[in-house]
Amino acid sequence: MPINYYIFLSVTLFCIGVTGVLTRRNAIIIFMCIELMLNAVNLLLVAFSKMHHLALAAVDANAGINAQIFVFFIMVVAAAEVSVGLAIIVMMYRNTHSVDVNFLNRLKH
Amino acid sequence: MSKLVYLVPLFPLAGFLINGLLRKKLSKSVISIIGCGTVLASFVVSLLIFLDARQEGFETVVVNLFGFISAGSLKIPFAFQVDQLSVLFLLIITGVGFLIHVYSTSYMHDEENEHFARYFSYLNLFVFSMLILVLGANYVIMFIGWEGVGLCSYLLIGFWFKNIDYGNAAKKAFIMNRIGDLGFLIAVFWMINKFGSVGFAEVFTKAPSVPVGILTGITLLLFVGATGKSAQIPLYTWLPDAMAGPTPVSALIHAATMVTAGIYMIARSNIMYTLSPITETVVAITGLATALLAATIALKQNDIKKVLAYSTVSQLGYMFLGLGVGAYTGAVFHVMTHAFFKALLFLGAGSVIHALHEQDIRKMGGLKKFMPITHITFLLACFAIAGIPPFSGFFSKDEILAAAYEKNPIYFIVGVITALMTAFYMFRLYATTFLGKFRGTEEQEHHVHESPSAITIPLIILAILAVVAGFVGIPEVFAKDSHWLQHFLSPIFAGSEKIHQTPGADKSTDLTLMGISVVLALIGVVYAWTKFSKNPELGEPQGFGKILANKWYVDELYDAIIVRPLNAFAKFLNDVVEKSVIDWIVNGVGKTVQYSSRQIRLLQSGQVGGYVLLMVIGIVILFLVEIFIKK
Repeated sequence: MPINYYIFLSVTLFCIGVTGVLTRRNAIIIFMCIELMLNAVNLLLVAFSKMHHLALAAVDANAGINAQIFVFFIMVVAAAEVSVGLAIIVMMYRNTHSVDVNFLNRLKH
Repeated sequence: MSKLVYLVPLFPLAGFLINGLLRKKLSKSVISIIGCGTVLASFVVSLLIFLDARQEGFETVVVNLFGFISAGSLKIPFAFQVDQLSVLFLLIITGVGFLIHVYSTSYMHDEENEHFARYFSYLNLFVFSMLILVLGANYVIMFIGWEGVGLCSYLLIGFWFKNIDYGNAAKKAFIMNRIGDLGFLIAVFWMINKFGSVGFAEVFTKAPSVPVGILTGITLLLFVGATGKSAQIPLYTWLPDAMAGPTPVSALIHAATMVTAGIYMIARSNIMYTLSPITETVVAITGLATALLAATIALKQNDIKKVLAYSTVSQLGYMFLGLGVGAYTGAVFHVMTHAFFKALLFLGAGSVIHALHEQDIRKMGGLKKFMPITHITFLLACFAIAGIPPFSGFFSKDEILAAAYEKNPIYFIVGVITALMTAFYMFRLYATTFLGKFRGTEEQEHHVHESPSAITIPLIILAILAVVAGFVGIPEVFAKDSHWLQHFLSPIFAGSEKIHQTPGADKSTDLTLMGISVVLALIGVVYAWTKFSKNPELGEPQGFGKILANKWYVDELYDAIIVRPLNAFAKFLNDVVEKSVIDWIVNGVGKTVQYSSRQIRLLQSGQVGGYVLLMVIGIVILFLVEIFIKK
């Protein structure tokens, strides 16, 4: 498949993620959108890696595997980040009885 | 001995520091001893160096003390140059300076202890600066001394600073000098640009290879400096006002230091002036015009010191005439004889003022019988300045006039007319002051007395010098090879003389010229003597005399065309530009910052979404820049 399809797909996913972060007020949905953006980037990373090493693919089945390993790392870090993020959301709910980010406007002061 | 030349300025500097720093602790006698002793020590060292320098085959010695400025290829050492010219000036400065110091111990004795010490420390600093000026081996060191004497003249003219007029006179002297100094400074920069050096030796060797136009520019700028320091048109008006200072200071400024600086500088740079004929003409005409103008003003002055001040300006004009026509030896000769008789005149005037506490000659008269020593020395000085043979002024003045005649007879004619006026106003001064009847109050008559020996002894020494100093330069006409001074200074002016090489007038012309100037001087003397000894002019001058008494209204003219417009301009800047432009800009900056920060603060909403949105917009802009603008 041409690389363009991958790029369009991941740009679409990324834009959905950005729009979600910007428009939604629910912290959990924002969080999910962030994950969406991360995964859009992951997809792009793998696609580009495959494209980059296309010439070698016939000789070496493992060509372009570096990016896939990289993506795993990103997933692991994202998982760790999710655990911290969810913990923050839990704490936020305990304090404000809401997960609406617009309540968190005290940075102004 | 020449290696020890740094001692010469070091002594007065030490005297300045001691007297200046310990002025509240020392007694008057200690201050006097330090003040005079340091200058005497300098004089002794100068004398030893002079004895060295007068031997045959004496080579110029440059004493490098330390590196002063080092910037890229430009190296300016703090170096002193000992040669015939600087040694001669050393002797004049320290010798006459010492006598003036001794004189001051008595003249200033009524001052309070602290001010007495302040006076002597200034005096020592003055001598120190002048010594640096003549000793420097390059134009930058000379400039240090040049500025130093300007500062000291300011300090000493304004010595009695509580009188606002004296303070103004001091400021006037300083500002006038600054105008000239600017010319000097630009000339120095130009020299660095053209010659890559400011050392005398380098500049003078390279001078012939530089285009005449550039040399003319440099020499004219240097001459602007000289007009400031040596009181020539158009910057001469500070010198008569400098009379505000104590009388010995006037003597020091007019005789030994300060005003001779310009002559020294041009004599030192003689090769550059010889190579640019235009500048020579400018120097000669300026000198001549100054001599004539100042002499006419002196005819109608009634303040004893003012007459002498204008006579100094006039005599300095003579010296510049000498420099302009290439008679460098004559100019330096006149500096020397003038130093003696003008110091003597001022100190004599000081003695009179000390006795009478009066400066207006219309209220003097008949002092002959009260102050015999002052009277006789003053008379000798008057003969010397009038150019009566065989007094010293005759020889030096005649040498300049003879050289002027060879260059252009008109110079000679104007010079002789000035000499006639000089003789006239000097003997008007003499006759009004010392002859006739005493016109002061009875109380003054009761108190008037001959001054103490600290005043009269310097007068006597200077009188002897004023009488005999001329014999170091007897003209060729009277005896062959008897012009010792010319012989002594020949290494300095050799380069210029080679270029000038005028054939020299024959004997009979020389004698005729001398005869003319002497006869005219005698006419001036006799006329003034007979006219003023019995009935001096006491009334206010009328008609043309009034213009002269008001100094051709030059001060008023300067006031109208420079001072007042400048004041008006400053007022405009103060009232309009300062208030509505500069204040507006400064306040505007503050207000803009306050207003814009108040607006930008609204961005800080605290809404997380807002922050993220801004971040995204930022990223998008960066992308757009990356894609569309940055290729």
